[in-house]
Amino acid sequence: MVESHTIVGKAAVIEALPEHPAVKAIVAWNAEALTDAKFDRNELTLTFAPEQIRAAAATVQAAGYKFLEDMTAVDWFPSSPRFQLSYHILSHTFKEHIRLRVMVEGADPSVESITPVWPSANYYEREVFDLFGIRFEGHPNMRRIMMPDDWVGHPLRKDYPVEGYR
Amino acid sequence: MTETIGTPILEAPLAEGAKDQHMIINMGPQHPATHGVLRLVLEIDGEIIVRLYPEVGYLHTGIEKTCEAKFYQQVVPLTDRINYLDPLSNNLCYCLAVEKLLGLEAPEKAKWLRVLLVELSRLNSHLIWLGTHAMDIGALTVFLYTFREREDILRLFEAVAGQRMMTSYFRIGGLSMEPPLDFLDRVQAFIRTFPEKIDEYANLLTGNPIFRNRLMGVGYLSAADAIALGVTGPPMRASGVDFDLRRDMPYSGYEKFKFDVPISTAGDCWARYEVRLVEMRESVKIIQQALDGMPEGPVKADAPKIVLPDREKMKTQMEALIHHFKIVTEGFEVPAGEVYQGIEAGHGQTGYYVVSDGTAKPYRVHMRYPSFATLQALETMCQGRMLADVVAIIGSIDIVLGEIDR
Repeated sequence: MVESHTIVGKAAVIEALPEHPAVKAIVAWNAEALTDAKFDRNELTLTFAPEQIRAAAATVQAAGYKFLEDMTAVDWFPSSPRFQLSYHILSHTFKEHIRLRVMVEGADPSVESITPVWPSANYYEREVFDLFGIRFEGHPNMRRIMMPDDWVGHPLRKDYPVEGYR
Repeated sequence: MTETIGTPILEAPLAEGAKDQHMIINMGPQHPATHGVLRLVLEIDGEIIVRLYPEVGYLHTGIEKTCEAKFYQQVVPLTDRINYLDPLSNNLCYCLAVEKLLGLEAPEKAKWLRVLLVELSRLNSHLIWLGTHAMDIGALTVFLYTFREREDILRLFEAVAGQRMMTSYFRIGGLSMEPPLDFLDRVQAFIRTFPEKIDEYANLLTGNPIFRNRLMGVGYLSAADAIALGVTGPPMRASGVDFDLRRDMPYSGYEKFKFDVPISTAGDCWARYEVRLVEMRESVKIIQQALDGMPEGPVKADAPKIVLPDREKMKTQMEALIHHFKIVTEGFEVPAGEVYQGIEAGHGQTGYYVVSDGTAKPYRVHMRYPSFATLQALETMCQGRMLADVVAIIGSIDIVLGEIDR
């Protein structure tokens, strides 16, 4: 296996990958919005403050990362901030994935929706809302998608049991 | 706990400017042309679709939640059940993702066999698509022909994995076992005659005036819409986006194979039909190259703490027995981190996002499946078309409800 080097930290990534199209675009847009960055196993992860995600998404989209391939959440219960949102974005020109990441607090979690940037985020955000209970502001149809409408709880949260009766 | 918001679609107001004669009808979830339990709520003006709303979730089994309670190697059989028409692609994508986390690479022969089997699996998936799509439109005969060849493929899967549909043949670090001695000859025999079979399907459909009229110009999707709505795979390439993960971001040794990626710019159901037919021919080419260049060597990586030992060794060697016992009872620890691995499956781009916290069980496994995203484009494709076209369009985007609901 090719050992890929790991770069941890915002300053280190900006210094090591100044020519990377996504890093370049983000630095040109607003380097302050970037709170953390990591390059690990050939994958670039850029972390943003929750209120900046829509603008960050629009920035990388303009930089050539045109295709939102996937979006999901991870529950880091009981640590704080509790939820991590991961957006996987593909560039057809650079032939590369990048990951945008947002950390969200556990109490009444809410993030800006990126549906104005990528309409395809619609179902993904509904899925995260349904299974994690994270609300997306500005989403056109914030309803459950997998579970029945009258379901109580959000199954993919870590404090939700894997089996048993409700 | 957060509350659900919004109104159920049947109580939703009609579209802006809707006239009195607009009607809301329900299609599915028990409908033969929806290929599973897909429910569509349609707002129609006479026979014309004004709005379409897919209601999914009837097959939701919480596989992602189940994965978090299993050891890494126990997740492989779960992945088969997501897209049951293309089982080996799921196995491959999951194994590649975990191998990336581990920094482990499968041996050369395992990679080549994986490519060969995934392409057979793609043929399997395309054959089912072709048969059912044509049947939805009224060309019943093709179904019988495609299922004849599908049966041959399933027999090959059975020979290699012991299972026809839920193969679970790939393991983290390689394959579960060596294929049978005559396996490659059997694949060769199948591949030798298969191109003629594709001609047979084409003879039945390509010149058929009813089939042409039902597909040509129906369900148009522009390249910009395809990208905006997350459409991948053959429907995306039929809209003119020239991208294939096998060629552009090769994995599992695909860079060693020569094949063309069929593109069409028409963007309608007919283009999707043509693209998939050519893709089947290209898959045959890849399988032929895999057979010709099949390397020798082991099919499992040399990583005794991760890969189960051979049965023979387990029963004769102390270390192998200990490793076997440890892997089965405790699993193996995977270094902390997160990876995303995308592959080009039969239906489009499949992706696995695996997060590890350093224990023997995955902290989070998320599957990106093409049908889930492609379904969002259904409304765009159906708007302004006749009700009967919905059946043709659903067939042409080739969705599997198992992978939408997971």
